[in-house]
Amino acid sequence: MRTFDRRRVLRSLLGGSAISVALPLFDCVLNGNGTALASGAPLPVRFGTWFWGLGVTPGRWKPTKTGKDYDILPELRPIEPFKKKISIFSGFDVLLDGKPNFPHQTGGPGFRTGIAPPALAFPGVSFDVMIADAIGGNTRFRSIELSGIADSTNTLSGRGAGQMNPSESSALAFYTRVFGPDYKDPNAGAFVPDPKIMARKSVLSAVTEQRQELERQLGAADKARLDQYFTSLRQVENQLAMQLQKPEPLLACANPHAPEGFDVGHEVENVVKNHELMAQILAMALACNQTKVFNMHINNSASSLTKRGSTTSHHQLTHDEQIDEKLGYQPVATQFVKDLMDQWGTFVRVLDGVKEGDGTLLDNTLVVAHSDTDFAKVHTVSSLPVMFAGSAGGRVKSGVHIEGKGEPVTRLALTAMQAVGLAQDRFGSGSMETKKPLTEVFA
Amino acid sequence: MVRRVATLLLLGALCGSLCGCSPAEPETSGAPAGMRRLTEEQYRNSIADIFGTHIQVAGRFDPILRPQHGLIAAGTSQISVSPAGFEQYQIMATSIAAQVLDPAHRNTFLTCAPKDETSADATCAESFLRQVGGLLYRRPLTDAEAKAYTAAAGEATRITGTFTGGLSLSLASMLSSPAFIFEIDATEPDPNHAGGQRLNAYAKASRLSYFLWNTTPDAALLAAAARGDLHTASGLSQQVDRLLASPRLEGAMRTFFADMLQFEVDAELVKDPAIYPLFVRAVKEDMPEQTLRTLVDVTLTKAGDYRDVFTTRDTFMTRPLGVIYGIPVPQKSGWMPYQFAEGDKRAGVLTLMNFLAAFSHDGRSSPTLRGKALRELVLCQPVPIPPGDVDFALVQDTKNPLYKTARDRLTAHRANPSCAGCHKIMDPVGLAMENFDGIGVFRAEEGEGAIDASGDLDGVGFATAADLGRVIHDNPATPACLVNRMYEYAVRRSSVAGERAWLESLNQRFVADGYRIPKLLRRIALSDAFFKIAPPETTKEALR
Repeated sequence: MRTFDRRRVLRSLLGGSAISVALPLFDCVLNGNGTALASGAPLPVRFGTWFWGLGVTPGRWKPTKTGKDYDILPELRPIEPFKKKISIFSGFDVLLDGKPNFPHQTGGPGFRTGIAPPALAFPGVSFDVMIADAIGGNTRFRSIELSGIADSTNTLSGRGAGQMNPSESSALAFYTRVFGPDYKDPNAGAFVPDPKIMARKSVLSAVTEQRQELERQLGAADKARLDQYFTSLRQVENQLAMQLQKPEPLLACANPHAPEGFDVGHEVENVVKNHELMAQILAMALACNQTKVFNMHINNSASSLTKRGSTTSHHQLTHDEQIDEKLGYQPVATQFVKDLMDQWGTFVRVLDGVKEGDGTLLDNTLVVAHSDTDFAKVHTVSSLPVMFAGSAGGRVKSGVHIEGKGEPVTRLALTAMQAVGLAQDRFGSGSMETKKPLTEVFA
Repeated sequence: MVRRVATLLLLGALCGSLCGCSPAEPETSGAPAGMRRLTEEQYRNSIADIFGTHIQVAGRFDPILRPQHGLIAAGTSQISVSPAGFEQYQIMATSIAAQVLDPAHRNTFLTCAPKDETSADATCAESFLRQVGGLLYRRPLTDAEAKAYTAAAGEATRITGTFTGGLSLSLASMLSSPAFIFEIDATEPDPNHAGGQRLNAYAKASRLSYFLWNTTPDAALLAAAARGDLHTASGLSQQVDRLLASPRLEGAMRTFFADMLQFEVDAELVKDPAIYPLFVRAVKEDMPEQTLRTLVDVTLTKAGDYRDVFTTRDTFMTRPLGVIYGIPVPQKSGWMPYQFAEGDKRAGVLTLMNFLAAFSHDGRSSPTLRGKALRELVLCQPVPIPPGDVDFALVQDTKNPLYKTARDRLTAHRANPSCAGCHKIMDPVGLAMENFDGIGVFRAEEGEGAIDASGDLDGVGFATAADLGRVIHDNPATPACLVNRMYEYAVRRSSVAGERAWLESLNQRFVADGYRIPKLLRRIALSDAFFKIAPPETTKEALR
């Protein structure tokens, strides 16, 4: 599989090895100690989420020991090589305050918005969007949403029902969006602004000029929707503006090659391949400063993954499959958890394989990985499985297992927001409202 | 008191004689002016109608929103545009504008020639942008808009060095603007109600057109709006009758039925090939079309009683579908009419494949899903959400020798009192369809247990699924649900409390009209309620 041309490092990643090969050096673009760009600007901190649906298997994922020496059970084996860079959180709950637990539609939105959904609809602004609003401004894409399965509605990122950020679900389409004709290579020597882009940007002013007149006709709720429209327009304007500026050279940035296009569907074999390709393109989108915020959803909350040759879905299996008395778990459903955790390992490995400054891209990133339930068979939303990978440019201590003992899961969201530099002092509503980040996580 | 009644009667008589509607329709509150994002279908239809079917629209649309117990059509008044969605709109717009002004098609729309192809020509650009803009915005451009887009074309021409290049980019920005992507209710002071607002004529034209044609208003409708015809009873009825007589009505009704019966479920539908080897691609493609054809045949082609869609023996077949139904289909391709024999186990759309397969699991039928869909989609009776911690092992173990059939398993499941309440609503009607497996193939037995399809719907008994169709036909909730859904589809929002009395009377008229959908459409399109605008609210809460 040849995805990248310039850098052997990435080829070695594809081959499954985690060795960071020295890159052809552009030392001049970094300062003397490798912690900032030549212009003096620090290396950017990135933030992302990595979501998987249908949780984990009881007794096979959650470490039995807390602290630094947490033990690795079978379902966490893929992250063993990165144990020092990943923290595990268990026992942090979505608290319902008497609201119903909508199967597969409460846990994910509840964590992301800090609100237990009162009805079957995304109940508020997700914290990744709050982060993107704060740190995603001066890149081409405020944030990028991705889905491993072929479903653009597979997303937990948004401002509420009706304002969800759709996911790109084909590696080729994702590649084209970022590295297609509109991409400006930060390391290309000469830079000439493209008049077409200039013109495309200039005509958008005709649209924004009509804003006041349109607003005059609308009620409060529709004004908010129009505001959302103009926020989206501004982002595209910004995207075009970025392409008119000579980008700062970036050591870690290498232009990937277009992946092959293929029909992804819901087969886990295809989804795994799609996810790996997307992870690699995403790593370069981050390294080339095209975006700082991402949301990856490898499968959906009510996982529609299937094995090739069968259409009994992962979701169906979690309910239908009998627990094997000898093993103590559902053998086929559990296989899907293994596949998903393997991919989580792959994702971390890809980000950690990109050398940046003194460390790696992963070190300059904070990835919050989580599911929507602990045990899918009964849809529990207590003790959501959550992991933090990376150290947000040294602001987060990693490599511990922390047991929440029933604390609200919003504490983890608040921790993540503060770790990447947001001036946010509280998050969540009802019993999930919290002002307490996990201070022991901050470096 | 007596005098007041007399005055009311007098007013009623006056109104009756003036507007020919007797008795007077109950007053409604209306809802505040709204803003609805065009659906993908509406966007595509509008582009094809304005610029021609040769224009390629390639892009991804932001996700739809189906409100809980509501229509996708109503969801359009709650959704906006995400950053990734705007990016896509802009990509589509740039490509559409380039196609409109490419050398092969330019002359269709660009009726003037620029003085010089390499420099700006404000007069020519403005005439083009006003003409095309009037179609895209479903109303004439304001002077400010015309000025802004002409200036944008001039600036883009200066940057790119070509007149058509600049004009095309200005058109692209018009195509990305809220005035095109959203249908926005524009209001004006209502001369008949001092201090009140009404939809202006162009907004009325859009509302009619997206309701009855699912596309942008055509030239005749825009002209009627320009003349003020839509504010008069005769002018309005003339346009409504024209729209209703058009073959385009069918397209809009197909969209309505697909929305009401949640056909979007089909897109994600997979079946276990080991269990259902007959469920091949051609079958999956034909099954929604079969149901739509049957619905259109009863309600529009034959202009029959809506309730007959649940009892009709008439349907349509293709050869791939014939395999599922066990019916020889002589013709190799295309559709042929087909009639189930008197006494057949099948009659009505709920016994056709689409409903049976869509509301089943991957590997088995589901009386609960079917019962829930019937209650919620056909009768508008919402079923509460199940508790999150149910152990389904008993229901899902199809190999348990004690519980051979779904009825046995669900009976055991209902022993749990927290489940019994809802399952009593869903299961008896769902079990009526157990003679059809997870893709809709007929079966007399499940495992070795004989299937008992009898039951009752709110106390009215039935023996088979075809029988259940007759019970649904006669249930007063069936037409009342249709009336509510049709109104929601027409105004593309949920109905509000101030419309209940009117909907009740609309339902009575529907009954009196013999449950004819075209008559229902006409009554809605001619009603005051359809166009009524409530004063704007200031808080978000007040809008709910």
